[in-house]
Amino acid sequence: MSKGAPVGHTWRWIAGALVVLAGAALVGLTFGPAGPPWYRVLLDLVDSLPGISVHAGIAPQQHDLIWQIRMPRVVLAALVGGALSMSGAAYQGVFRNPLVDPYLLGVAAGAGLGATLVYAARHGATSSWSVDPVVVAAFVGGLVAVALTYAAGTAFGIVRRSETLVLAGVAVVSFLTAIQTYVLQKNSQILRPVYSWILGQLVSATWGDVRLVLPYVTAAAVVLLLHGRLLDVLRVGDEEAASLGASVRRVRLTVVIAATVATAAVVSVSGLIGFVGIMVPHIVRLLAGGSYRRVLPLSLIGGAAFLILCDLAGRMVIRPAELPIGVVTAFLGAPFFLFVLHARTRRT
Amino acid sequence: MTRIPKAAFLIGALALAASACGSDDSSSSTTPAATGAATTAAPGGTSPGTTTGDAGTYPITVDAANGAVTLDAQPQRIVSLSPTATEMLFAIGAGDQVVAVDDQSNYPEEALAKSTTLSGYTPSAEAVSGYQPDLVVVADVTDGLDTQLATLDIPLWSGPAASDFGDVYTQIEQLGALTGHVAEAAALVGQMQADIEAATGGVVEREVPLTYYHELDNTLFSVTSNTFIGGVYGLFDLQNIADAVEGDTDYPQLSSEFIVSQNPDLIFLADADYGESAATVAARPGWSGLNAVTTGSIVPISADISSRWGPRVVDYVEDVGAAVAAYDAQVPAG
Repeated sequence: MSKGAPVGHTWRWIAGALVVLAGAALVGLTFGPAGPPWYRVLLDLVDSLPGISVHAGIAPQQHDLIWQIRMPRVVLAALVGGALSMSGAAYQGVFRNPLVDPYLLGVAAGAGLGATLVYAARHGATSSWSVDPVVVAAFVGGLVAVALTYAAGTAFGIVRRSETLVLAGVAVVSFLTAIQTYVLQKNSQILRPVYSWILGQLVSATWGDVRLVLPYVTAAAVVLLLHGRLLDVLRVGDEEAASLGASVRRVRLTVVIAATVATAAVVSVSGLIGFVGIMVPHIVRLLAGGSYRRVLPLSLIGGAAFLILCDLAGRMVIRPAELPIGVVTAFLGAPFFLFVLHARTRRT
Repeated sequence: MTRIPKAAFLIGALALAASACGSDDSSSSTTPAATGAATTAAPGGTSPGTTTGDAGTYPITVDAANGAVTLDAQPQRIVSLSPTATEMLFAIGAGDQVVAVDDQSNYPEEALAKSTTLSGYTPSAEAVSGYQPDLVVVADVTDGLDTQLATLDIPLWSGPAASDFGDVYTQIEQLGALTGHVAEAAALVGQMQADIEAATGGVVEREVPLTYYHELDNTLFSVTSNTFIGGVYGLFDLQNIADAVEGDTDYPQLSSEFIVSQNPDLIFLADADYGESAATVAARPGWSGLNAVTTGSIVPISADISSRWGPRVVDYVEDVGAAVAAYDAQVPAG
C-alpha cells in the first residue's frame, strides 16, 4: 500500500475526518428517542455559542436533557470509539498483525473480571459513591491483566518476543475468564447486570464518566501519535528496525502501555464494545494508506465518529428501547467493512 | 490521483451511515405527537379515579431503598420499569396513574395496554423522559439512572427484590403513600396477610419435616432458604435440600447425584414455563424412584410469580399449600 505517502496530504485527510466527526456529533446531538424536535435542538446549540442569542423555544427540562444526558453520551461515545480504534491500530502496529484488537493482551478479560467481582461483592446501591467501584475495578483489572501478560511473556519468551507475548495473552485471557465464569456461576443473581455490562453501554453516560476517562485518553493519544514514525519503522521487522537504530523493546513497551491505559479507561465506563478496534483502523488503511503517521490520527477521529453514529442507531432503531452498542457496532460495522473491502479490492 | 475520490468515498460512506440513522430520526417526529396524545388522555383517565377520598397529603416523603423520595403532588404520570411494582400499583388502585410500563410487566391485563419496549435492565433516562413522568419506579437502580433522572427533576423510587414478606408489605405501603392510595395499600397488605395465614393454617406437623427441591432451570440451579422464595416454603416448615450445599451463594447449582441422594418429597419447577414437567423430571436418569416422582408431588410454579414479590405471592403460597396438603393426603404424617 502507499507506504511513502507524502506527509503533506495527511493534514488534508485529518481535516476531512474532523469535518466528518463534527457532522456525526451534530447528528448525534440532534436526534433522540425523546426531547425537542431536531431544529429546536440546533437552535439551542446555536444559542449556547458565545455572543449569539436566539430563542430556541424549549423547556428547561429539555435543555437539561440535551446538555446533561445526550451531550455526555455523544462525547463519551467519541472518546470510547476514538480510544478503541487508535489503540487497535497501535496494537496492530506493534504486533505486525492486522487481526489484532486492543483486547489481545487481556484488557477486556481483566476489566470483565474486575467488574464481575464488584457486582458479586457489593450489596445495595453504590450510586452515592463519588466514583462507581465497578469502573475502578474494571480499570485496575484491565491494567493488571496486561501487566500479567507482559510479565509472563517476558519471563519465558526470549527469541520471538511478539509471538510469546501474544501466547501469554491467550493464556492470561483464558485464566481470567475461567475465574470470571466461576464467580458468575457462584453468584448467578448477578448474571443479568454483568451480561449487560459485557455487551457495553453508553446509555448511562454522565459528564462524570467523561471527566474520568478524558485524561487517560488524551495522554495515551499524545504518546501514540508521537510514535507513528517509530511504528512505521517497526513494520519492516524487529531485526531490521533495530538495525535502523530503533529500540524495538522500548517502543513496543511504550506503545502497549499507552494503548492499554486508553483501552482500560474507556472499557471501564463503557463495557466491552467489540469490533471497533479492528474495523476502523482497517477502513482507514484501505482509504488512506498504511503509514501509522496517518492511520493513528485518522483511527482516533474516525473511530469517534463511527461510535457516535452507532450509538445513535442503538438508541433510535427500537426506541424507546435500547440496542446494546456492541450489537450495533458489529451489525452495522461488519457489512460496512465488507463493502469497503469489496469496493477497494475491485478498484485495485 | 486517487486521493480525491478516496476522500469523497470516505465522506460519502459516512454520510450514508449518517443518513441511515437519519431516516430513523425523521420518523421520530411521531414521538412528540404520540406523547402529546398521551398527555391529553391522562387527565381524563385519572380525574375520576383519584377522588377516592384517601388521596393523601402532599408533599410526601417516603424512605425508599434508594433514599428519601419526595413528591410535591399526587403523581399522574408514573412510568414503571419493575414488573413487581407494576403489579403493586395496579393492585392498590393506582393503575390509572401509570402511563407506561416496561417490557417485562405483563400483569395485570390492564397493564398490558401501557406496555412499552422500555427496559428495566438497561433503562434509558432520555427514553423514559419522553413519557413526561412525574414518578419513575424501578426494582434496582442501574448505574447512572438516578443521576440522570435527578438532572431532569424526575423523582425515582426503587423497590429491590424482597428478602422477606416484611419487605413486600413495606414496598406496597410506600407506593400507596406516594400515589395517594394509603387506605387501599393498607387493605391489600391486610388481605395478603389474612390469605397467607389461611393458607398456612392447616399445616400438619411432622416429626421428620418434608423435604423439597426448587428448580430454577434444568441445569439444576436452585435456591436456599435464605431467599424470599425459600421463605415461602419456610411457612410450611419444609426443609430445603439445597441448604446442605456449602458456599456463600443463595442460588447454588446442584448435581443430579446430590438431588437423587437427598430424595426430596416435593419438587417445585420454576422452569415449568420453559418445558420442564413431571414427565420430563421422571424421565431424567435415576430420578424415577424419587419420592416426589412416585407420589406425584411435582408442582409447576409460574416463573413470573415466583420471581416477583408482588401481591400474587399469595397465589404462590396457596399453590405450595395445596401441594403439601396433597402430599399429606397420600402419605399421612406419623
